[in-house]
Amino acid sequence: MTGAQILIECLKREGVEIIFGYPGGQVLPIFDKLYDAELKLILVRHEQGAAHAADGYARATGKPGVCIATSGPGATNLTTGIANAYMDSIPMVAITGQVKTFLIGNDAFQEADVTGITRPITKHNYLVKDAKELARIIREAFYIASTGRPGPVLIDIPSDVQLQDVEYSWPKEIEIRGYKPTYQGHPGQIKKAAKLIAESKKPLIYAGGGVITSGCNKELRELAEKIKAPVTMTLMGLGGFPGEHELSLGMLGMHGTAYANHAIMESDLIIAVGARFDDRVTGRLDAFAPYAKIIHIDVDPSSISKNVLVDIPIVGDAKNILTQLLLELKSAPDTESWLKTVESWRKKYPLTYKEGAKIKPQYVIEQIYEATKGEAIITTEVGQNQMWACQWYKYSQPRTLISSGGLGTMGFGFPAAMGAKSGCPDKIVFDIAGDGSIQMNIQELATCVCNKINVKVAILNNGYLGMVRQWQELFYKKRYSHTCLYNPDFVRLAESYGAVGIRVTRKDEVRPAIKKALAIDNTVFIDFHVEPEENVFPMVPAGQAINQIIEGLA
Amino acid sequence: MRHTISVLVENKFGVLARIAGLFSARGYNIASLAVSETLDPDISYMTIVVEAKDETVLEQVKKQLNKLIDVISVTDFTKKEHIDRELILAKVSCPAKEKARLENSIKKYVAKIIAFQGEVAFIEAVDEQAKIKELLENLSQFGVKELVRTGRIAMAY
Repeated sequence: MTGAQILIECLKREGVEIIFGYPGGQVLPIFDKLYDAELKLILVRHEQGAAHAADGYARATGKPGVCIATSGPGATNLTTGIANAYMDSIPMVAITGQVKTFLIGNDAFQEADVTGITRPITKHNYLVKDAKELARIIREAFYIASTGRPGPVLIDIPSDVQLQDVEYSWPKEIEIRGYKPTYQGHPGQIKKAAKLIAESKKPLIYAGGGVITSGCNKELRELAEKIKAPVTMTLMGLGGFPGEHELSLGMLGMHGTAYANHAIMESDLIIAVGARFDDRVTGRLDAFAPYAKIIHIDVDPSSISKNVLVDIPIVGDAKNILTQLLLELKSAPDTESWLKTVESWRKKYPLTYKEGAKIKPQYVIEQIYEATKGEAIITTEVGQNQMWACQWYKYSQPRTLISSGGLGTMGFGFPAAMGAKSGCPDKIVFDIAGDGSIQMNIQELATCVCNKINVKVAILNNGYLGMVRQWQELFYKKRYSHTCLYNPDFVRLAESYGAVGIRVTRKDEVRPAIKKALAIDNTVFIDFHVEPEENVFPMVPAGQAINQIIEGLA
Repeated sequence: MRHTISVLVENKFGVLARIAGLFSARGYNIASLAVSETLDPDISYMTIVVEAKDETVLEQVKKQLNKLIDVISVTDFTKKEHIDRELILAKVSCPAKEKARLENSIKKYVAKIIAFQGEVAFIEAVDEQAKIKELLENLSQFGVKELVRTGRIAMAY
């Protein structure tokens, strides 16, 4: 079989059904084989869209997403999407064409050192120099991408290797001596954790994206209810614990709820599950959680004590560890007065916004939440739209919020929605966007319409790069340097692609427009003209302790 | 503070770049690095001397190295009995009349004069870092014109 045939065969063996990609000179042999393969290739309009779509597909389904691009510019266009998946630990396999092996290093046409470029943004990568190694490499790539702390793996395949004719056999076993993820937590550490929990008075669960990855949302809920501890989530962890649950404090951190941040600062025991103490969560490190002991459950040993020193690290899969921990927990702490305190913060500092003459963006999200009964998959772009989507939509299930957490990539939400909808065709998929970020991958309208991938896009159109403008307002004396946008007519733009556009300028039109969009069997852009200078509150200024909150409502 | 660690890695192209990239991307400092094949030609052995301001940084260096797929194992010699050596080559000014004095001054080290060329002596020395340092101080009276060092290599007992 040729290298290209082996690739297709191996992808099928790995259970791949959909690939997002774009052809080019150095992947012609692969695309020739795709022409009559059962695999579905979704032709994007920009390689970055392919990477984000594969990422969105992976987040929605839990299976590795696959994208493909040609050498040189095709591959470099994938890199933002690869870096995005790397920061959020998303399983992805990216396949790139490369110039012929004997041309590598000669500055050939469309040549770039892609394994070199992607080394710091992949979990691992390969340059295949012999088709005999291809089957093993593909097998390893999927294994590495989807196990341990997941992440993107790139396979760079020179076009002569794609044409090389070799004997093919599917490697039954995988043996990578340098890669042995730990799944079982240390029993002694789990015992110690159980003891600490039983003795605590103000326990707080801090849940991150690892909860979604390991699928331990049931165990997490059981733990929270058993020890009666409030739960706060990172952006990546939203959906890991039901947002409407009485113990849920919503998101913490820079734009987290005030009550979640106060709870972190007053807690005497933080149980971190699959979270990594990111600077957007901790704020000023030396002021973070001064009274708390910390139990840290994570599959990645290097996440432990990286930013915050922890008392009881437990390395392993969160689902295994929580199951063991629940068995170990003989008694629950008495948290009644702690919960009362937390409730008093919730009453004193509720998440809220002021009504105004114009449509409030928060109101739009609330209406989307109600209209979809909280059952949609929400993707977001990055900026104010993202923070409002995290604050005002209540996620009850894992994998229902798909958002660029670590890298903060504008232009992620729309192609990610496309990927999520491809993986979960029965779900409603709503991209909550800003007028800035939607324009960063707006070309994927063509992909959605051509492939009948019907996603809904709510553009919170304020005519600004809103989050940057907010910082300029608060910290740069309202000098709005290059944040005011000239925008196209989004309705006509959507229509020109064959999608549907709806413009909404009045509050009473919001809900009917959402209802209408949901009823249309096509991709729909809803252009909500919202209050231009609305800010995201609460807010903790960068570098401050996370209880130094600007409420902004007084 | 300087710490010596050794890393067993897959002997494949690009592995050195992965290690070097990790150090630069995460802002760790390499004081020296020595790499070569082991008895098993599929595995390379690296001795890395790391500049780490505290234990936490050193821990992170080790964990991040372990995270690389091509890294098979990491050994920290900080609290482990081990031997370490460094090889140096030095060009030292040495007029004919100074020859005996030079020979004498390197006698107590594992060092020898390999060759003379005009008024220059070529010296080779293999020893642990402290001794090498001492030797170099000794040689400075003659004038060291050029110096090449391999960096430290280390082995556990």
